[in-house]
Order: sequence, then structure tokens, then C-alpha cells
Amino acid sequence: MIAGAADLTFLALSLPFVAACLSPVLFSLFGHRAAWLLALAPAVSFLHLAGFIAEVARGETVTGGYAWVPSYNLSFSWYIDGLALVFGLLITGIGALVVLYAGGYMKGHPQQGRFFSFLMMFMGAMLGLVVSDSFLMLFVFWELTSITSFLLIGFDHERPAARRAALQALLVTGGGGLFLLAGLLMIWNIADVTQMSLLLSYGDVVKASPYYLAALLLVLVGAFTKSAQFPFHVWLPNAMEAPTPVSAYLHSATMVKAGVYLLMRLYPAMGGTPVWEILLPVFGGGTLLTGALMALRQTDLKLMLAYTTVASLGLLVLLVGFGSPYAIEAAVLYLVGHSLFKGALFMVAGAIDHETGTRDLTRLGGLRRVMPVTFAAALLAALSMAGLPPFFGFLAKEEIYLALAAGNLRSILFTIVAIAGNALMFAAAFAVALKPFLGESRETPGHPHEAPALMWIGPLVLALAGLAAALVSTTFHAAISSPMASAVRGEATAIAVCPMPHVGLPLALSLATVLLGLAAYRLLDRLRAALARFFQALGPGPDQGFDEVLDALVGCAVKVTRFVQPGRLDIYLSVTFAAVAAVLLLPLFLWGEAPSVPAFAWPSLPELAMLLIAVIGLVAVLVAVDRLTAIVALGIQGFAVAVLFLLFGAPDLAFTQFMIETLSVVILALVMTRLRLHASDRQPAGQRLADGAVALGCGLGLTLILLKATEGVFDTALGDFFGSYSKVIAHGANVVNVIIVDFRGTDTLGEIAVVLAAGMAILALIRLGTAHKQSGK
Amino acid sequence: MNSPIFRTVAPFLTSLMLLFSLFVLLRGHNAPGGGFIGGLVAVAALAIYGAAWGVETVRRAIVVHPLSLAAFGLFLSCIAGFASAAAGVPFMTGLWTTVHLLGSAVALSTVMLFDLGVYLVVVGALLAIVLALEEEEDV
Repeated sequence: MIAGAADLTFLALSLPFVAACLSPVLFSLFGHRAAWLLALAPAVSFLHLAGFIAEVARGETVTGGYAWVPSYNLSFSWYIDGLALVFGLLITGIGALVVLYAGGYMKGHPQQGRFFSFLMMFMGAMLGLVVSDSFLMLFVFWELTSITSFLLIGFDHERPAARRAALQALLVTGGGGLFLLAGLLMIWNIADVTQMSLLLSYGDVVKASPYYLAALLLVLVGAFTKSAQFPFHVWLPNAMEAPTPVSAYLHSATMVKAGVYLLMRLYPAMGGTPVWEILLPVFGGGTLLTGALMALRQTDLKLMLAYTTVASLGLLVLLVGFGSPYAIEAAVLYLVGHSLFKGALFMVAGAIDHETGTRDLTRLGGLRRVMPVTFAAALLAALSMAGLPPFFGFLAKEEIYLALAAGNLRSILFTIVAIAGNALMFAAAFAVALKPFLGESRETPGHPHEAPALMWIGPLVLALAGLAAALVSTTFHAAISSPMASAVRGEATAIAVCPMPHVGLPLALSLATVLLGLAAYRLLDRLRAALARFFQALGPGPDQGFDEVLDALVGCAVKVTRFVQPGRLDIYLSVTFAAVAAVLLLPLFLWGEAPSVPAFAWPSLPELAMLLIAVIGLVAVLVAVDRLTAIVALGIQGFAVAVLFLLFGAPDLAFTQFMIETLSVVILALVMTRLRLHASDRQPAGQRLADGAVALGCGLGLTLILLKATEGVFDTALGDFFGSYSKVIAHGANVVNVIIVDFRGTDTLGEIAVVLAAGMAILALIRLGTAHKQSGK
Repeated sequence: MNSPIFRTVAPFLTSLMLLFSLFVLLRGHNAPGGGFIGGLVAVAALAIYGAAWGVETVRRAIVVHPLSLAAFGLFLSCIAGFASAAAGVPFMTGLWTTVHLLGSAVALSTVMLFDLGVYLVVVGALLAIVLALEEEEDV
């Protein structure tokens, strides 16, 4: 039965990919109603994963897998503990709702099938990422989420802004992924394990290693780029070019949390060191403040939410790195709460945009009457985001202040940062959830009415989940939050916080947050203007920096290309042969490997005659006035060498050489006539001297290397093998040919493929020249 | 080229060389020769014919495009390689059989098929280049 259970889990994990393959067909058959069918895939995966809750809550883990590359000890294996399970549930659960929502949002779009295919692929990649046990699998899925995110952001590929945003996201997160790969390889070398589950118990080894800092920094670059930490955050707001379901799913609830997931996953192995507790809170805190301030500056609903997501991610990183016992619990609670309310709010923003045709806060108002269900969902989600009781966000906020508040300077500093960030996010939450719905009705491009059921099910369910989870907090903690916190901390942890306000320091800080937030909300317009002036004064941000870096890179590439490929064949040839001469000659003399002068023996008369002919051919090449004579003279030399091969007992080689020399002369002569060059080739004396030096260097180098090679004892093992087995195994007496077509046949197969490809390429070049000439006429 | 001697001799020379190229191809397994050398001889033969009587004549004579010839050669070589898979032995293992033809035993093998593929690739690829260049000269 165990094998059966593992196979079922494998199926549940690969179900999104299956759905990705089916989605184009389903959508062409059923139109947007196919979303109902498609949502079944993540729903089934969700139920399968939910079946593990009891097991994981008992502190057990679900593992399984298949061998992938056994020789490198790589396996396709999964490891589902509390952390992976909660992420898996969020991915599949929110995934199912987003698919429904997208069905309504994308209704009538001609490319629906493609869109859902990308979306399901992303889901599969993200699911694979969080359950991966082996490093390599984690990396593969990590980059796969970057690639699918690229496809989704650039879905509307006819708009330049979407293309730029997609490219930026890919370069930042995909590039970060390469740092992660380097970091994982270092960890692999330090701990000598390739599996996360094994690494967790090697924390001491990893932290004591001299390479710990380097590995940590590399991993952090990967995590920070993915989770949009300052200054890598720029790609996330730009990613709002994607259709809103994508923003709700990838860029708030799931993908951007992959970096946080990684930090949590590695916490037992790498966390808790001074470097960790400095870098993470500083970057996280900075990101929190930047994101929250930037959020209030926006008037676009989606951009506002995007910047609050940046801020939330900063808060999560801050918490993971803070180091007090409650910080991890707070991070866990906030992560779950954030996924629920931010996903819901994004979907609300999309619904408003869909119905009214605008996302501009200053142009929206009074929608509460026409869109009551959407308003309800928005309000519920915003209350959770604001951290008011009895919503899940309140639990998280209580735990955050419990974790941060203490008497020392560091705690006070970060508590202030957290209060400021949370207050700003409080204001942003209500700006998104209240402003469009309250007040007077405004004139909008579209005529608003309630969004279709497909579009309000998602946000309403998520918002209600945020309420329900808090109301049954004891059960929820036991099943979800505590196992996750235990998995992150690496020791049993029980979360106790409940939605009933308790008098104490955290509550007081919460009150302060709420009051500050209310003030910010009241003064929103003035605050926005002030922030706009402030950021204006700061000058260009990292977004422009990205463009500049990219431009500089392209400019540099152009310069390098112009330098190394000036387009003059004579320069290429001179450099190539000068390099050959240097490679041959320098090692021989630098390391004193020059061959000794061999004993001289007079060659036989026929050999001497052939040598003489070869030399005559060479001299003729040098003194030849026109090119054709030089080519034929080169042929003379080649034939003489072929006869030498024959004299030394290599008839196959000689035969080939004869044919090659003949065809070379013919083809070279044809090319020469075709190029219509001057009949003679007169170079200035300096050029001739330089060319001569390079030629002599090459000749000398080859001669010396041949002498050197023949100096050593010749190992005849190969020759003996072929000689004695050619007839026996391969039924052929001509060893050379048997080697070519049988012993080394696969090699030859590759070579003739190259010959064919080269033939096609040369033919294309000749045709190209002809076409140019004809168009020139 | 308009030399009458060359034009008169070319057909004989070409047929002899083509025959010789096949001979070289087939004897290759036990004596100097093989697909590669045979292919080169054949290219030289057809190049002579092209120089004497024009590229079009050669193109008509070989019926298909030289690159098709080369591609077919590569295909034959691959088939020869995969034949061993059908017999349950590793890729490219030579398979041999003896056929009695007109009273004499003839050894046939996938290796021979492979060499024939090499021959065709060399002929096709080089001929494509040579003919294209000769054609240019005519213009």
C-alpha cells in the first residue's frame, strides 16, 4: 500500500501539469465554463494534501520519490512536513479559487486556453518547489516558476510594457535563481547531502563551515530576488502588467513567497547566526518601509496592492531573521493570513477593473450599491489586512508585536519599523477596500454591475477563510500553524494566540498601529502628494537603474562584438594562427619541455624526392604572382605529402589526401573565380613580414610538438587491440575503415551529420551572395 | 569549358570514376577504401562532368537535389545504427548475414549500409557546394 500511496501523491503533484496540457482543448470545447472543470485539478490535489494534515500535525512527515539520476545520487523525491504542507495547501486551495476567478475574468479572451495552460504549469512548478526534497529538484522548480511567471506577465505580449515587465521579472528572479544554485552547490559541498530533509540535521556543520557566509549570501540573493526585497523589488510592481488573476495568485499569494519559503526551509540549517540576524531584519525592515510608503503614493488599485505585498514580504523576512522565539510563529501566522487577504483583495481590484474599466482610485466611488458581494469580500479581507479582531490578521499582528517588543535598542528599533509599516498598510487596506465603494457614484468607462459568480466566489471564500481560521483558532493552530512553525524552527512549537484581545503590550502596540493607520487614512490625499514630492526629490529609483544596467550590458556586448568580430577575414586568420603558434610554442619553452634534437638519419631516395617536390611546391606558392598558380602549387605540395604517407605505409590516408587535395584545388579555384578578386595579391612588406612570422611560428610549433610527441614511448595498446580484433569481431581486414564504420561508428555518425550541416550552411552562404548580387543588379 | 578534348573525354572519365568510386566503397572493408574516399572520388567525377557539360546536366543526371542525397545518406546511416536495437544489442552493433547470390556467397551487413550512408553524405554535401560554385562561374 505504501507504493500505492506514494504513486497517488505523485499523481496529485503532477495533476496541474496534466491540466496544463488539457486546458487548450477544454477551453476550445467549453469556452470559459471550462474553468469549473480545470479547477478540479488543484481541488483534488488540495484534498489529497489535506489528507496529510492529521499525520503532519502528529509531527510525522510524508516522504516518497523515484530515482532520477542514481549515479549522482539525485532523486525526484518529496518531503512534506508542516512547512511544505501549508504551502501546498495554499497553492492548491488559492489555486482552485484563482482558476475559477480567472474563468470569469478572462471570459471571451481568444487566448484563454494558453493562459490557463501557463497558469496550471506555474501551479505545478510552485507545488513541486515547496515539496522538493532534493536540491536539484528544488532549483529546477524554482526556475520553472520564474519562467512560467515570465510567460504570464508577458501574456499580453503585444504591449511593450508587458514585455519589458516580463523580461525584468525573468532576469531578476531567474538571475537570482542562479545565485541560489551556486549557494545550494556550496551547501552540498559543505554538508555532503543533496536532500533538504537530511540537511536539516546538519545545521551545526553548515554554520561552522568557513564557507557558511558565502553560501548564505548566495542563497539570500536567490531568496531576496524572488521575494522582491529592496532593491530587487522593482520587478514586482511592474509585474502588475499581468492579468489580475496572475497578480492575485503569483505576485501576492504564492510565487513571491518562494523566497520566504526558502528562508524558512533553511532556517534550521543556516538561521540564527549573527549574520542572519543582521542581514534579514535590515533588508526586510527596509523593504517594509519602502513598500508601505510607495503603496500610499499610488492611485492605481493594483499598484497599491503590489507595493503592500512588497511591504508584507519585507515584514516576513524581518520576522524570519529577527531571532526571538515568537518571531517564527509570527511569520507563519502572517504568511498564512497575508495569502488569504491579499489574494482576496487582488481579486476584488480585478473585479472592480473588470466592471468599471478603471483601477484609478481617484475615479472610483459609490460602488457599494452595485457591487455588494464584492464590497463584502473587500471589507472582510481589508479588516484582516488591517489586523483588527476577530480576523486572522489580528492574530498575526499580536504575535508580531509579541515577538518584536522587548527592552533592548534593536527590538525597539524594529518594533517602530513594524508599527510604521503596519499603520501604512492599514491605511492602504482601507484605501483599496473602502474608497471605491463609499461616497458618491462616479462616472467610469464601464457601466458597473455586480461581478459574475465566478469572480466573487474566490475573494469571498478567501476573506471568509481569514475570518473562520481566526474564530476556530485553537483547532487551526493545532492543524496548521503549529506544525508549520515546528517545521521551521526544527523543534515542537505550539502557537497559542487567540482572537480575544488580551490586555498587554502587544495590544497597546496594536492600538497605536490602528490609530496611526486611521490618521494616515484620513490624510491619505495629502500624504500621497507629500510622498510623491519626496520620491520625486529622491531621483531615479532602481527601476531606472535596471534599464541603465541593461543598456550598459547591451552597449558593452556591442563594443566587444565589434572588437572581436571586425568582419575582416585576414584579421581572424592572423589572430587564429598567432594563437595556435603561441599555444604550441609557449608551453614548450616556458616549462622547459622542448624536445631534444633527434638523431639524424638520411631518408631513402623516394622519400627525399617527395620532400624535394613538396619544398618546390611551397617555394612556388611563395613566389607565385597570381592566386591560381599559388593554389595549384599548394596542391603540388599536398600530393607530395600524400605520396609520403603512401611510402610510410598508410594507403588509406594517402588515398584520402589525394582526393582532398584534388577537390581543394578545384573548390578553391572556383571560389577564387567567384569572388572576382584581383588576380594577384600584393601585400605591403610589413604585412608580409608579420604573416611570415606567424606562419613560421605555426610551422615551428607543430614540428616541435610532433618531435616531442614521438620522443616518448609509444603506447601500442590501441593499435594492438584494433589489429587483433578487427577481423575477429568486425569481419574486416582494413583496420582503418573498420574503426571508422564500426568501432567508432557513432563518432562517424556525428561527423557525417556535421558534414551535411556544413554543406547546407555553405550552400546557403553561396545562395545568399547570389541573391545579393542579383538584387544589386 | 569549351575544350573539345575535355568535353569528349569527360563522359568516359566520369563513368569510369563513378564505377571506381563504388568499387572503392565496397572493397573498403578489407582493403584501402571506404565510404568517405569513395564519396570524394564520386564528387570529383561529377565535378568534371559539370565543368565540361554544365551544371544543369549534372543536376538532371542525379535527379534529386544533392542535399537530399546527403540527407538520405544520413538517414541510411541512422537506420543502420538502429537496426541493432531491433536485434536487442547496443546501438551501432554491426549485424552480419550471408546471402547466396548467383552461386557465390556475399556477406551483407549493417556496417555496409552505414558506409553507404557515409558515401552518400559526402557525395551530396560536397557536390552541393561544388555545383553551386560552378553554377556561379557560368553566370
